[in-house]
Amino acid sequence: MQEAFATALERWPRDGVPANPGAWLLTTARNRAIDRIRREQTLRRKTELLAALENAEEVDETIPDERLSLIFACCHPALATDAQVTLTLRTLGGLTTDEIARAFLVPEPTMAQRLVRAKKKIRAAGIPFRVPPDHLLPERVRSVLAVVYLIFNEGYGPPPRAELCEEAIRLGKVLAVLMPDEPEVLGLLALMLLHDARRDARLDAAGELVLLDEQDRSRWDAGRIAEGRRVLDRALPLKRPGPYQVQAAIAALHLEPETDWPQIALLYQRLDCFAPSPVVELNRAVAVAMAEGPGRGLELIDSIGGLDGYRHLHSARADLLRRLGRGSEAAESYRRALDLATQPTERAFLERRLAEVRSGA
Amino acid sequence: MQYLLLIYGDENGWETMSEEERGQIFQAYGTYTQELQDSGAMVAGDALQPTPTATTVRVRNDETLTTDGPFAETKEQLGGYYLVDVGSLDEALEWAAKIPGARHGSIEVRPVMVFEEDM
Repeated sequence: MQEAFATALERWPRDGVPANPGAWLLTTARNRAIDRIRREQTLRRKTELLAALENAEEVDETIPDERLSLIFACCHPALATDAQVTLTLRTLGGLTTDEIARAFLVPEPTMAQRLVRAKKKIRAAGIPFRVPPDHLLPERVRSVLAVVYLIFNEGYGPPPRAELCEEAIRLGKVLAVLMPDEPEVLGLLALMLLHDARRDARLDAAGELVLLDEQDRSRWDAGRIAEGRRVLDRALPLKRPGPYQVQAAIAALHLEPETDWPQIALLYQRLDCFAPSPVVELNRAVAVAMAEGPGRGLELIDSIGGLDGYRHLHSARADLLRRLGRGSEAAESYRRALDLATQPTERAFLERRLAEVRSGA
Repeated sequence: MQYLLLIYGDENGWETMSEEERGQIFQAYGTYTQELQDSGAMVAGDALQPTPTATTVRVRNDETLTTDGPFAETKEQLGGYYLVDVGSLDEALEWAAKIPGARHGSIEVRPVMVFEEDM
């Protein structure tokens, strides 16, 4: 059954879910079991497997639901976010407590404690193991997706931790199999695949951050990109757009040979309707700068409120000023960004740019 | 499972309210309590007198210390409770969200501890 599930994870996000997933899983499990039996030589082994298959038959139909119930329990909003993340990774992911602890740079006993407390709360507070009823579903699906995306972003870094990205994508595939009609589930999976496709190209040999337009495209994972696009293509016909689908569409456009900046600017405007934030406004300003020129982008950046402590605002502003040939103002913005940046790779990048505008000015 | 829904709010707000506003709140609680009773989930429920009426008792070294006022001064005070018996936390949370006081104060939802006979 486990193997059938793994096959489903590989095939369903690509091919779509069969009409009767339960029956499909069962048939596949049976076929797999028969294959295995043929490989096995002893009669005893054969009998054991057949018995396991017989016993499993009644519960097999419900297995996808059980798994989904577990996901909703682990991501219940009554649990703290770090508890949700830990429980999800431990219960549904393939990571040990020690691996999770290392990935989150927390001592192993602390992580073990966190798990014990979270499990205790599930029991004591009566957090239900079930797929939430329709009226609760949108909120709860959002909560599940947020946990998976958080795991992915932890892994995306910097510093990158590939095992967390892999785990988040695997969870995303589980969700896509279990909730094939939720376009945002597909949107998130597509988004993660499309981001992850550029993982190897994001850092150079010295471990320094490489910007998107300077990345070596031959190091992008073409298989992942194609997979991400296929998943997104399944989400869009469901005609219920949401923030993950919009972000995945933006990520897909960034992977085209020619970047369609006007389209990206429009999508950021759309994203700002779903999830308004000054960070989204900043991204839109950068896209507008690419589509209509740095002057227009700068106007938009200077109209954003409440982001003065955000280093990317200053580095984006610096970049536009640099392109407008306003070297000394650019240097000032690079300095502001440097004051706020802590990551060594990012600091190195900003220092390089600062030196460039100084020597050019 | 039984859950205690503790209703916290700023009791000073109540003092400064008009007669009409208080009437609306009473009515809202009446409707809510009726709905809770009809569903079969209600075990108990009461409103409490405001915190100036509270008295706190502690026993230390067999000596009883009685002080005026609530246990802790907080921005929001415990003003009432409902005890409900429902199937899961989700149902308790739904009942909590329907309490009129949830719109301006907060409802803390606490599962009631059960001691197994055979433990």
